[in-house]
Amino acid sequence: MAIEVRIPTILRSYTGGAKAVEGSGGTLDELLNNLDAAHGGLRERLVDGEKLRRFVNVYLNDEDVRFLGGLETPVKDGDTVTVLPAVAGGAF
Amino acid sequence: MLRIPRALHDKIIEHARQDHPDEACGVLAGPIGSDSPTRFIPMQNAERSPTFYRFDSQEQLKVWREMDDNDEEPVVIYHSHTATPAYPSRTDISYASEPQAHYVLVSTREETEAEFRSYRIVDGEVTEEPVEIEE
Repeated sequence: MAIEVRIPTILRSYTGGAKAVEGSGGTLDELLNNLDAAHGGLRERLVDGEKLRRFVNVYLNDEDVRFLGGLETPVKDGDTVTVLPAVAGGAF
Repeated sequence: MLRIPRALHDKIIEHARQDHPDEACGVLAGPIGSDSPTRFIPMQNAERSPTFYRFDSQEQLKVWREMDDNDEEPVVIYHSHTATPAYPSRTDISYASEPQAHYVLVSTREETEAEFRSYRIVDGEVTEEPVEIEE
């Protein structure tokens, strides 16, 4: 078993077009490092230094990881991580 | 060019008027690849602000999953500007990440007439496109 990571259209250039990829790790941070080995550049699009970029939403199963523990959120085999582009903007 | 049924066009303007002076936002879903919006999905503006909008992340996950289940995609992503023109701001451009979507902006700064304009935003480049309203 592994952790399934669902990738939005905008980032599928990093996964050879795949909608979902698999990885492993004990925390979200470890999982993203693990994914980056096979899909170079993907982590950089999701993480800025020590924090998730504000342009993306990352969910563990049904929860936004910002409300769980960010990059330190524990993950385990059988979990599903979903990445969506944040939809936001403003007048300026 | 954006082709949009009159009823959906009117619903967007109605939503923008309702939430004025805060920004309103939402999606029109349509079958994948059809380029044809069929379903109106107003979203909460998690910022509840006159100068900023952000889809509530939990609501977005739910709606994106629904679209996935229905073989739909966001054909239109709309939001309103309440004191400035219906033109994408720098923030709008930096967040735009659906190259296949029509980004619709409505300005409610005039009480009598709403400005309704549509754009493509790809790799930070904005291109305005004509809007054809289907009766």
